[in-house]
Amino acid sequence: MMAAALVLVLLGSWEAYVRLGGIDEIVLPAPSAIATALHDDRALLWSNFTVTAGEIAFGMLVALVLGLACAVAMHFSDALRRALYPLLVSSQTIPIVLVAPLLVAWWGFDLTPKLAIVALVCFFPIVVPTLDALDRVDPDLRKLMRTFGASRWQTFRIVEAPAALPGVLTGAKLSVAIAAIAATLAELAGSDSGLGNLMLKAIPNFETARAFAAVLVLSAFSMALFGLLALAERRLLPWAHQTRGTAQ
Amino acid sequence: MLTRTRAPAQAPSQVQTGLGSVCLRDVGKTFAARRRGAAPVTALDGLSLDAGPGEIVAVVGPSGCGKTTLLELVCGLTEPDAGSLQAAPATLMAQRDLLLPWRSAVDNAALALRVAGIERAAARTRAAALLRDFGLEGFERARPYEMSGGMRQRVAFARTLLSGRTVLCLDEPFASLDALTRQDMQDWLAGTLATQPRTVVLVTHDVEEAIVLADRVLVLAPRPGRVVATLDVDVERPRRRTDARLVALRERALRELRA
Ligand SMILES: Nc1ncnc2c1ncn2[C@@H]1O[C@H](COP(=O)(O)OP(=O)(O)O)[C@@H](O)[C@H]1O
Ligand SMILES: [Mg+2]
Repeated sequence: MMAAALVLVLLGSWEAYVRLGGIDEIVLPAPSAIATALHDDRALLWSNFTVTAGEIAFGMLVALVLGLACAVAMHFSDALRRALYPLLVSSQTIPIVLVAPLLVAWWGFDLTPKLAIVALVCFFPIVVPTLDALDRVDPDLRKLMRTFGASRWQTFRIVEAPAALPGVLTGAKLSVAIAAIAATLAELAGSDSGLGNLMLKAIPNFETARAFAAVLVLSAFSMALFGLLALAERRLLPWAHQTRGTAQ
Repeated sequence: MLTRTRAPAQAPSQVQTGLGSVCLRDVGKTFAARRRGAAPVTALDGLSLDAGPGEIVAVVGPSGCGKTTLLELVCGLTEPDAGSLQAAPATLMAQRDLLLPWRSAVDNAALALRVAGIERAAARTRAAALLRDFGLEGFERARPYEMSGGMRQRVAFARTLLSGRTVLCLDEPFASLDALTRQDMQDWLAGTLATQPRTVVLVTHDVEEAIVLADRVLVLAPRPGRVVATLDVDVERPRRRTDARLVALRERALRELRA
């Protein structure tokens, strides 16, 4: 309620500010103008949205598959962990803004460089919480499994993997938040479609309202993805919210 | 001198034949220092323990006197660095129930059966039958967080029994329960072991618990962990806590602990 009221007040004063001529419509379009753009350009927005949504979804999927494989490998092998962790951290220091045009130069305007950039950005936030969750599995549980004669793999499958699921979902939620920025950046570096491409073309044409509408669509998509993951978390892991009694 | 003999692990699927025994002779265990510069910790020194088939041996002692280490040795989770150890396949039940929060009671109880490769339906049938014997009918599908501490501990005990190990190592199994529930659980455990005998090494710092449940009580002193007294509890079962002989033994054990 408070949040909704706050948004309304904010939108109202924004609208009033622009209408009273406080600022040029080209620099800051009024909320009503953005709403109009959302409606009038819906076909254009939709077709570009599907492109960007695909980049985000598949990029995150790639990051998830590679990130989980990497976390599990590092969990099983100390040597791999020592070898990979510095590389992982340094991968986060790569200035994506500079690398994106290079990838586009290598791979062209198609999906591949966008997937690579989204995956590169989302990889780290998936690996770290997953690996942390695997590390934090109660050592007494591993001992228990050993007294049952369980193999290393059985212990992983029965105890460690399910226990790491909250970490995986945390990682996925963190990467959703940045995947949209990564996809936009990738499109700015070279593309012929997508919401980032649409923004890029709209601004020099003084269609600022359309660019704002594109931003709105993109953040709505990110929030929906985030909400979906939060829902999955509550449905899949009811125990993660209510274990306080079991794990003293 | 160091020898270690273990009976081959028995698959839980097999019907229980006979009861295992445990025999430790002058066992020692020293841990390297956790921090650099600190002295190594001698957790156990010259400890001997015998638990014949179907016997319940309790070990009491203050925190840090090596009780958990002793059980981990019996279960083969660590190796002694002195003395000899013979033990039938053993499994551990800890103070914390260690139930998997994402599994139902029946699936938690069936854990060892599943590890042994028994298929799900058969494992569930056996686990559900035991849970019913343990008064948990209707809670088969409950998750651990939906159960009380005493119920969770019974599920953990069902899981321990179904592991098919002939030796049970119980590490302060009721220490996290409130006093009333703890007494109920002690009586319940005594009754369960009367109908389903196992060789038990019971670690506790509750002297009364040890006396009420065990055939023999070893009193341990810390640094290094060693046996300072052995009390035989020649009192027939079922036992009453107020039995004069038990009360006298409890006083003696407490005296030994304080010595
Ligand atoms: N893995 C370990 N590394 C170093 N020291 C240990 C380790 N396990 C136990 N100890 C030490 O050995 C002693 C006995 O521990 P423990 O067997 O847990 O005692 P208890 O169960 O009787 O409280 C303690 O001083 C403890 O700090
Ligand atoms: Mg202990």
